[in-house]
Amino acid sequence: MKLVLDAEQEDLRSAVRRLLADRSSPATVREVMASERGDDPGLWKSLADLGLLGLVVPEDFGGAGAGHVERAVVLEELGRAVTPTPFFASAVLATDALLALDDDAARAELLPALAGGEKVATVAVAEGGGPWDRTGGATTATERDGGWRLDGTKTPVLAGMVADVVLVLAGTPDGPGWFAVDAAADGLTRTALTGLDPTRRFARLAFAATPARRLVSADPGAALDLVADLAAVALAAEQVGVMQRALELTVDYAKVRVQFGRPIGSYQAVKHGLADVYSAWEHSLSVLRHAAWTADHDRAGLPLAAALARTYIGPACFEAGNAMVQYHGGIGYTWEHDAHLYYKRAKSAQLLFGPPSAHRARLADRLGI
Amino acid sequence: MTVVDEKGSGEYRSRVREWLGAHVPPPTAGLPPAEVLRIAKEYQAALFEAGFAGITWPKEVGGQGLGPAEQQVFSEEAADYDLPTYPLTIGMGMCGPTLVDLGTPEQKQRYLPKLLRGDEVWCQLFSEPGAGSDVASLQSRAERTDDGWVLNGQKVWTTNAQWADFGAVLARTDPDQVKHAGITMFIVDMHAPGVTVRPLRDMSGKSPFNEVYFDDVHLPADGAISPVIGEVGRGWQAAVTMLGHERVSIGASRPSRSNSLGFDAVLALARREGATADPANRERLAELYAHERALQLLNARMRQETQAGRPPGARGSVAKLAGALQLRRAIAVVGELAGADVVAWDPDDALSADVAQGINSAPASSIAGGTNEVQHNIIGERILGLPKEPQVDRDIPFRQLKVGTQGGAR
Repeated sequence: MKLVLDAEQEDLRSAVRRLLADRSSPATVREVMASERGDDPGLWKSLADLGLLGLVVPEDFGGAGAGHVERAVVLEELGRAVTPTPFFASAVLATDALLALDDDAARAELLPALAGGEKVATVAVAEGGGPWDRTGGATTATERDGGWRLDGTKTPVLAGMVADVVLVLAGTPDGPGWFAVDAAADGLTRTALTGLDPTRRFARLAFAATPARRLVSADPGAALDLVADLAAVALAAEQVGVMQRALELTVDYAKVRVQFGRPIGSYQAVKHGLADVYSAWEHSLSVLRHAAWTADHDRAGLPLAAALARTYIGPACFEAGNAMVQYHGGIGYTWEHDAHLYYKRAKSAQLLFGPPSAHRARLADRLGI
Repeated sequence: MTVVDEKGSGEYRSRVREWLGAHVPPPTAGLPPAEVLRIAKEYQAALFEAGFAGITWPKEVGGQGLGPAEQQVFSEEAADYDLPTYPLTIGMGMCGPTLVDLGTPEQKQRYLPKLLRGDEVWCQLFSEPGAGSDVASLQSRAERTDDGWVLNGQKVWTTNAQWADFGAVLARTDPDQVKHAGITMFIVDMHAPGVTVRPLRDMSGKSPFNEVYFDDVHLPADGAISPVIGEVGRGWQAAVTMLGHERVSIGASRPSRSNSLGFDAVLALARREGATADPANRERLAELYAHERALQLLNARMRQETQAGRPPGARGSVAKLAGALQLRRAIAVVGELAGADVVAWDPDDALSADVAQGINSAPASSIAGGTNEVQHNIIGERILGLPKEPQVDRDIPFRQLKVGTQGGAR
C-alpha cells in the first residue's frame, strides 16, 4: 500500500496546476459557468494535448497507460480550481465504462476519440436522485429489425447536453444491458436541467424508440459496480481538491481580516473550526490515496475502499465549503465572492451518486454488517 | 472484520518478527504492580541483549545506531502484540531521547545504558496543579546551594512515578525572568529524601498516575555528573525537545489491539445485542468504521512520509485529536446499540464491562497529553500559521504574575 506520491506524480500535479492557473482562473470560471455551453472547448483541447483525458486508457487505445493514482492527481487540481468541465463525465464515467465492458470494437472506436478529446461521452444510469439502479431502472431496450431501441428517461445525466455519445444502462428481456447512443439519434430528447452548482451541468435524456448499439458485456451489473466504485475514487479526488483550496483561501482570509482589533484567525472560535477542516482534509487525503492505490493495485479491496471514500469524504468536503462561507462572513455569501462555488461544488459532489445514507448503507454491506 | 495493513518483508523485519514471536510474554494487564514491573524489566533486558533496544539511539550509549525506517519496522511488527513495556515508556520515549540530544557525555554514560537495559525506570515531571495546559507557569522551584540545588514543589499527573528511579523535572530557577525564561530541567533521584509519591485515582477507578511532592530535595552538583539537563535557564527549550519526542513516540505507537471502543469491539457488541438488522444502526456502524479507518490510513500515510524524509511534526496533533474524538463517537454508537446493557450487567458479562470501562476511560484521551483545545491551537497556529491569541503575561517577570497559588502583582 502506497499512500505518498512519487516525484513523477508530483510533476504531473505541477503541470496541471500551471495549466489551470492559466486557463481556468477564477475569472475564467465565472465566464464559462455563465456561458450557454457551460464548459470551455479550448481547455478541453489543452487537457487532451497533455494526455490527461486518457490517463487510464491503455496505450493501444490512444491513452497514456497510467493509472487511477495519476487521474486522481488531475481531478484534485480540477476540484481546486472548481473548473467547469465534462472531464468527470467523459474521462471518468464513460471511459471507465468502456474499459469495464467487454466490447473490443466499441473500445477501439471510442476510446481513442475520448482520449484525444475529439468526442465527449457520458454515462446515463440514474433515474432520479437515488442511488444507481443495477437493473437499468424503468428504461427498457427492445430488439427490433436486428437493432436495439431504447425507451425511458435518464436523469440527471452529467454533461448530458454536450456529450456526443451516451452510454446507457437499460433493462432487456434477459437482464440489464449497456447501450451506446449517438447524441444525434432519432427519438432522443435532451433537456438542460437547472443546477445547484453552476460549475457542473446536467441534462434529462428522454428515449423514445431511440436506436442504440448494444455493448458486449459478460456481466453488466458487475461492470456498473466497477464504474460506480471508480467514480467514487475519482469524485473523492475532486472533493479533496475542493477542500484543500477552500481551506487555503479561508486561512489566508482569516490572517488578514481584522475585527475587534485582531485578525479573526487569532480567535479560537475561528481557529478551532479551521483546524477541524484541516484535520478532515488530512484524513480525506489519506482515504483518497488508499482508494486510488486500491483501484490500481488491489481490485478485490476496491469496493470497500470506494465505499469508505464516499462515506467519509462527502460530508467532510461539504463541511469545508460551509466553513469557507461562514468564516468569510458577509462577503462569504455574496455572488461576487468565490466561496459559494466551493460550497455548491461540495454539495453537488456529495449528492451526485445518491443520498449520504445510501453511501453508509453500501459501506455497511461491504463490511458484512 | 479485521483490517490488515500490508507490511512487506525484508531481513530486518523477519528478524524482528521472529524475536517478538519467541519473547513477548502474555499480556500483563491485571497482574500485581510488582509483577508488571518485573516482567517489563525482564523483557527490556532481553530486548537489549537481542539488539532491538534503542533502535535509533547512538551506539556509544548502548543504542543500535539505526534509522527511523528500522524503528518503524519494529513498531509495525510490535503492533501485533500488547508489549509489557508500559512502565518503561516514559524513559524510552521521552527522557532517554532528550538525554541523547542534550545530555553531557557523563550523563549519557551514567543513565542511558541502564535505561536501555530496563535496569532503571524514569518519569517526567512537568505538570502541576496550577500549570496544566500552561506548563510554563509552573511554580516548583530549585535554588542553588553550595553543593548543588534544593528542589521544592508539587507535581501532578505523573505517569509511572510509582516505580520510577529517576525523573526529569522542570523547576523555576529565576522568578525575576519572564515565565518561559527562568526555568531549568533537572534529573531528580526519585528515591532521595524529601520525595513523596502518592497515587491518584482517575474517574475509571484506575491509578495510572501520581502526585509527587518535593520537600527540600537535594540535587547534588558536586560530582562529575551535573543534575541539569541542557542549560540553566533553558528548561523550556529542553521541555520542547522532550515533547517533540513524545509526539514521535505517540505517533509511532498504534492503538492497542484490545480497544473496547474500537470498531471490532463495537460490532461484536452490536451482534450480541441483535442490533445489526436495523438500518439506522448499520449506518452508525459504517460511519464509526469510516472514521476509525480514515485515522488508520492517516497514520499509515504519515509513517510513509516519515520514511520518505518528511516527519509529521505538528501534524501528530491531528491524529491525537482525531483519536480522542473517535472515542466520543464510539460512545454515542455504543449507547444506541446497547442502551441500558452498558449501564448494568451480569457480573460474568465481560463485553459490557469492557465497554463500560471504555466509556469511563475515554475523557482522559481528550485531556491527557494536551487537551483537544490545545491540539486545535497547535494545528491552527503551527500548521495553518494563524496568529496566536494576544498573550497578556508574556513580557512580565514571573514573580509578578497571577499563577497557581501565587497572587501576582497585577
